[in-house]
Amino acid sequence: MVTETRRVRTIVFQVPAWRGHLAGQHVDVRLTAPDGYQAQRSYSIASPPESGDRVSLTVERLDDGEVSIFLVDDVQTGDRVELRGPIGGYFTWEVGDGGPLMLVAGGSGIVPLMAMLRHRSARRSTVPARLLYSSRSLDDVIYRAELEQLAAGDGALTVLHTLTRAQPPGWTGLSRRVDKQMLADHAWPAAGNPLTYICGPTPFVEVVAQSLVELGHAPLRIKTERFGPTGG
Amino acid sequence: MDDTMMMLDGNALAGMLSEVFAADMTAARSACAWCGVVATLAEQRLYMNPGSPGAVLRCHACDGRMLVLVRRGDRLRVGMPGVRWMDVESTG
Repeated sequence: MVTETRRVRTIVFQVPAWRGHLAGQHVDVRLTAPDGYQAQRSYSIASPPESGDRVSLTVERLDDGEVSIFLVDDVQTGDRVELRGPIGGYFTWEVGDGGPLMLVAGGSGIVPLMAMLRHRSARRSTVPARLLYSSRSLDDVIYRAELEQLAAGDGALTVLHTLTRAQPPGWTGLSRRVDKQMLADHAWPAAGNPLTYICGPTPFVEVVAQSLVELGHAPLRIKTERFGPTGG
Repeated sequence: MDDTMMMLDGNALAGMLSEVFAADMTAARSACAWCGVVATLAEQRLYMNPGSPGAVLRCHACDGRMLVLVRRGDRLRVGMPGVRWMDVESTG
């Protein structure tokens, strides 16, 4: 288990007879209380297909989320948890799908996109890739060190952070929510027919997808995954 | 038990649908019977109350009810009040 940020933890599961997965797929986690009460949630797989039967989930603790609280606060090494998966055939990327690859993440929406970047790296792919990653503050950035390492050793990969609420002293990077202008400046131009994956809270995904379409991107080349509670 | 209504998208229905369909239904393109817009189920809006036995998938364009799932014991009732057609990968 790895503590990623104050609210986010990565748990590695050893899954017997795991039949393999694609980057971007998820699993359902089902918890059963002694009285038989069951709770189930879907979580994106963080590990790449190349990790075999060691399957990582990176989970953000939601204050009213009974499954996420268990996974972030309570689960211990050696605990057994019921997983179903891999599932989902839409929000997936393989090296053979090509690019240029544009990944846009809001908060813990980075998780399935990280599986794609890890897969790309494990396969030594040279598909041009850009990640635009929105976080509240630098302390909330998940996988910060690994993303730095990946980008440092790979001329075809660019990682760009935007910090929406708090910036450290001397921060010269982006410091606002992702908007159309930011995408015009930093996403692949529509003319190159990029393949785009957007994952984050619902309002974030709506703004990014709508902006990209307005910038001329083909809707069929934009894939989205949303999460989060409705409204306020 | 919290009563927050979660709004995610059809991606989160993949597990439940895999209990009754052989193909991955979330990647299937379908036409909304209310407004005619075509999209994959993954892109539609999902409303489900954590812990409740059901889920409602609404069209991302017109908000019409497309697909309703209700679990009763070991049975899953699948209603498709707003699906005109689906284009599903054949596993045969």
